[in-house]
Amino acid sequence: MFEFLRIYVFTPLAGALVPPAVEMNVVYTLDILAKIVVILVPLVLSVAYLSLAERKIIGWMQVRRGPNRVTFFGIPWLRGWGQPIADVFKLIFKEIIVPSGADKRLFIIAPILSLAPSIAAWAVIPFDDGMALADINAGLLYILALTSLAVYGIIIAGWASNSKYAFLGAMRSVAQIVAYEIAMGFALVGVLVAAGSLNLGDIVRAQSGSVLHWFWIPLLPLFGVYFISGVAETNRAPFDVAEGESEIVAGFHVEYGGMGFSLFFLAEYANMILISALASILFWGGWLSPLQGIPVLGESSLIWLLAKTSFFLFLFLWFRATFPRYRYDQIMRLGWKVFLPITIVWIGGGGK
Amino acid sequence: MLANYMPVLIFLCIGAIMGTVLIAVGWFLGPRRPDAEKNSPYECGFEAFEDARMQFDVRYYLIAILFIIFDLEIAFFFPWAVALREIGAAGFWAMMIFLLVLVVGFIYEWRKGALEWD
Repeated sequence: MFEFLRIYVFTPLAGALVPPAVEMNVVYTLDILAKIVVILVPLVLSVAYLSLAERKIIGWMQVRRGPNRVTFFGIPWLRGWGQPIADVFKLIFKEIIVPSGADKRLFIIAPILSLAPSIAAWAVIPFDDGMALADINAGLLYILALTSLAVYGIIIAGWASNSKYAFLGAMRSVAQIVAYEIAMGFALVGVLVAAGSLNLGDIVRAQSGSVLHWFWIPLLPLFGVYFISGVAETNRAPFDVAEGESEIVAGFHVEYGGMGFSLFFLAEYANMILISALASILFWGGWLSPLQGIPVLGESSLIWLLAKTSFFLFLFLWFRATFPRYRYDQIMRLGWKVFLPITIVWIGGGGK
Repeated sequence: MLANYMPVLIFLCIGAIMGTVLIAVGWFLGPRRPDAEKNSPYECGFEAFEDARMQFDVRYYLIAILFIIFDLEIAFFFPWAVALREIGAAGFWAMMIFLLVLVVGFIYEWRKGALEWD
């Protein structure tokens, strides 16, 4: 499809519009933009349908049906499938309220600051062998840097809102994210020791062989630490004290409505998908097939990555339906006093 | 080499543009009928008691400082982990000494109660 667009659309278009000297750069940029669209559109659609899946799955786990009204063109067996689209329209047409006493500029910038890094992190994710937008050697470092940036959106939102709930929620949320980021970083060091590269593609290639060659076996405790930290990083249940409804209403985004809220929502769900994709790339062989060596089924492909990612996303939803919320001091104890020592010991032992 | 990072830069810009456009769409398509009650900060139906930019627990500040130390440590660990196969035993033990120093600090802050929340 890229080839088709490049040969029949972008190149003639660029040739007609600009002088040849600039042409190369324009074609190059359009090429990248097309690839970004090919990544972004499925990502946004998966966020929309992840929200539906969440409500449906939690519904079934609680013996009810979840959304079952909105459909497309009145087709009965698509009941519920129109819900995310309807939600989008509702959110677009809602009023954006800027509370009195809020810092207006920061209040508007905060959701953008929270969305941009969670989307841009997808630039280095390899979807198949060689199928990454930017195949850079510092891939994992880039991911770590961008996930750290998420903190700014949250703390600015909490500060700018001039609401006590938002402020307290932001403080809690940031302290929690920061604590678990350390555990997550140490877990990633274990992966680096095993793979010997920061390039995400090389990390997957280092795991080729069979299920038994994937890093989840030698690094099982680190995988546990990584995934649980991932759940805590995205402020999902059971670590969602930051938006604990029973005490501080919705945490840092209590004053946001309409599009401001949906940007935070989009960022949170894009981060969930990112954590799941990273878990499958770093520990579960990415695009590699579990049946490597067997014809057809053993072929590595994008499908395997999507299947693994979906499984981890299901875990996120399952956790939310199953576990009661942690207390805040328990969360901090788990992060600092359990995960940090485990990872330090594992790096010392595993590195050797 | 640096050309590989061009898509990353473009993607970052697209992310920021996307956020801005979405906010702008909401701003222009949504109604705007502000009034004093609607714009007051939410406090469970009460009038807001005082300014929300209030004092907060010093422990958050402590956590931030600890985070800087450990995050910096991770930044040192990343290149070490990638190069571990080339630098051999000497490189490994050098880093272990560094880790030991940090672990001593970690034990100290643990015993001092910097990690307690009650």
